[in-house]
Amino acid sequence: MDAAKSLFACALLFGLSAAAAAQAIAVRGQTVYPVTGAPIENGVIVVRDGKIAAIGPAGSVSIPDGVEVLEAAVVTPGLIDARSVVGLAGYLNQPDDQDQIEHSESIQPELRAIDAYNAREPLVAWLRSFGVTTIHTGHAPGEIISGQTMITKTAGDTVAESVIVPLAMVAATLGEGAVVQEPNGRKSPGNRSKAVAMLRGELVDARTYSEKLSAPVDDDDKGPPARDLRMDALAAVLKGDVPLLVTVHRHNDIVTALRLQEEFGFRLIIDGAAEAYLVLGELKAADVPVLLHASMARAFGERENMAFTTPAKLADAGIPFAFQSGFEAYVPKTRVVLFEAAVAVQHGLSFERALAGITIEAAKILGVDDRVGSLEVGKDGDLALYDGDPFEYTSHAIGTVIDGVRVSDLTR
Amino acid sequence: MYENVLAVNQTTPYIARLAFVAILALVTLATRAETIAFTGATMMPVTEAPIENGTLVIRDDRILAVGPSDSVRIPRGAKTVDVSGAVIVPGLVDSHSHIGEVAGGDESAPLAPEARVLDSINVRDAGFKRARAGGITTANLMAGSGLLMSGQTIYVKLREGNTIESLAYRTDDGRIAGGMKMANGTNSRGEPPFPGTRAKSAALVRQQFVAAEEYRDKIQRANGDPKKMPDRNLGLEALVEVLEGDRVVHHHTHRHDDIVTVLRLREEFGYRVVLHHVSEAERVAQEISAAEVPVSLILVDSPGGKLEAMNLNFESPPVLEQAGVDVGFHTDDYITDSRLFLRMGAIAVRTGMSRQKALEGLTMAGARMLGLEERIGSLEEGKDADFIVLSGDPFSVYTRVLETWVEGRNVFDLDDPEDREVSDGAYGVLTPSSVAHEFHGYGEGH
Repeated sequence: MDAAKSLFACALLFGLSAAAAAQAIAVRGQTVYPVTGAPIENGVIVVRDGKIAAIGPAGSVSIPDGVEVLEAAVVTPGLIDARSVVGLAGYLNQPDDQDQIEHSESIQPELRAIDAYNAREPLVAWLRSFGVTTIHTGHAPGEIISGQTMITKTAGDTVAESVIVPLAMVAATLGEGAVVQEPNGRKSPGNRSKAVAMLRGELVDARTYSEKLSAPVDDDDKGPPARDLRMDALAAVLKGDVPLLVTVHRHNDIVTALRLQEEFGFRLIIDGAAEAYLVLGELKAADVPVLLHASMARAFGERENMAFTTPAKLADAGIPFAFQSGFEAYVPKTRVVLFEAAVAVQHGLSFERALAGITIEAAKILGVDDRVGSLEVGKDGDLALYDGDPFEYTSHAIGTVIDGVRVSDLTR
Repeated sequence: MYENVLAVNQTTPYIARLAFVAILALVTLATRAETIAFTGATMMPVTEAPIENGTLVIRDDRILAVGPSDSVRIPRGAKTVDVSGAVIVPGLVDSHSHIGEVAGGDESAPLAPEARVLDSINVRDAGFKRARAGGITTANLMAGSGLLMSGQTIYVKLREGNTIESLAYRTDDGRIAGGMKMANGTNSRGEPPFPGTRAKSAALVRQQFVAAEEYRDKIQRANGDPKKMPDRNLGLEALVEVLEGDRVVHHHTHRHDDIVTVLRLREEFGYRVVLHHVSEAERVAQEISAAEVPVSLILVDSPGGKLEAMNLNFESPPVLEQAGVDVGFHTDDYITDSRLFLRMGAIAVRTGMSRQKALEGLTMAGARMLGLEERIGSLEEGKDADFIVLSGDPFSVYTRVLETWVEGRNVFDLDDPEDREVSDGAYGVLTPSSVAHEFHGYGEGH
């Protein structure tokens, strides 16, 4: 089935299922991985009104009469892609479907992801068909601050329907990725140091802005500063309300990000981190989580030293990390976190940690673990169904449930 | 030893070349006469059913025997290696790769049949190491698809060698073996002199082949008379080889109508062609089957990235198999990493292709596409001792390539710390690399 047809089929399915959403749905799995608890053999999950109402061994969970029951060899929580540009980046890769990066200025934290997200993008449906139910998507690496990110479910016809966190993080880039490219009509930043100086200057300005906003108004004062969207976004970062997601790959750039975090005290999340294995101690000491580059990302430029074994090393060091599909400028236009985690398993990461890296660990780093990332009573009814070991190349995704609604029945 | 293999100039008289090969063979015999038996593994010869508890015997650079352990006689004096629990399959054949800092024609013209990829290759490029770590023992190295005809490709054996000549396969008459890279669709379009439309693309290609036919006919009419011979033309010379069936066209094509255009031009000029990438192959599987043209597929993890790949899906492998098409696979490295080439066959199984056909696609089918099926692609007596030792099922994510052997020599060993770093990735081990140069920018690959 081609992408357009599958999108239509999914939309149709979603429409039909939505009518039944008020009802419950049950899923029976030969093995159910709650992720936050031990695997359950012959397990049952009941989802009611979009939330998990019950989970346990078949004998202990009763399935209400008349409820649709889905069956699978393996059931996991709906997968989470911890860093993507899908929905802003479209699959056609033509100028008019590439909204993930804007090169007119180096620092634009006021650019909101929700204003560019296309919920009907075929790549969203593609990810959904592999069991991905939540994506952290938004502005791509490629400018010092390229814009904001958001967290969304992969079902829904509009961003308003699908989004769960409209402003998740502010996306920054350091290293060569921040250096201005020739066609962009600017000359600066021309190197690493200049990029960092520009970012520090902007954060200092934002601090001043915040202080002025919160200062008591007296007669001599000119009053609060005029509202500035850019400063508002950075003030939220400095206040700790919104993490700064910093894309860096080289070991020295990772350390630079840690240095800035120490100077300004924002909540730092490292993105990419191809050379993380060289600075494990520093990352651990700084207690900073990592959204690791796709395992199968291409090893060139700043990623030339990337290793398939980095996930296992991060796990051994006790550094929080999750998997991402990342940003692709060409083919494939998106990657699938299920496959990225699988390659990490091939290179020494445990099955359990790999599954956590695309479920609960991702949810924790994204701050949405109260809703998604594990199969627990009260959490969103987001499930991924497989006909075998999810990481095995030759297994298939056979169904996806979001908020208690079956949104994919493709075999893929 | 491979370092001693000197360049054989294409103009060297045949007898001299023969003598050279004979001397080389004597040197080989004098310095190596080793027989090794690998016992206890599951052997997957490809040309026959898998053999549980099999034995593979190699002598020097060739396979001496393969079969069930209880029926294969191990020669006296052979070194025996117990590989129980492992799986041995033929060395993988990558029918389309860009490792080695490849280049062909440039932006000055859309057709460059005279350009040879061999003149650009850096054999120290880390891509060769990655390929060996992925179990690839033979590859077709090609320039990108930014031109309608980007030049002559080269078939290489992934020996450890100092020069591209020492890696090159040779034809029976001693020429360096390779094909002709062509492309249609969107990658090869551009501002003049590049074509702006598909029709213009086809017209330029037809004009070029018409010129090659006339050149060939002039040579035939000259009948050996130097005064009647046309002036030598390097590009047309290569295209005459294409017309004569001595040089296979490796054709980048994605969209169903572009695929059919390739078949139409092939029928007009009668050359041999392999279709590469072929995102929409399932839409024209019957046409491909009727033309008896082989397909080298790439399976990437999502559709799109460019217009001609927007309908890429996971449907083609089983559809082509059912249509009786000869199906192979390629890495298109850098598009997919050579170290993960087995995954391509596994994903084909995921889409519904049979395991046997998928394994054949990684080995024997590729060998046929390069015209090397007599030498490589299967575990058979007399074939090159190119094989890989796997920790398990070739199509399982839990399997690793443990060893890669080329012509009876171990060229990758996961137990060797340096080789392991290549397989896993580590600081500084994968440079220099053509991937690091981004291979002509993003637009011209795949």
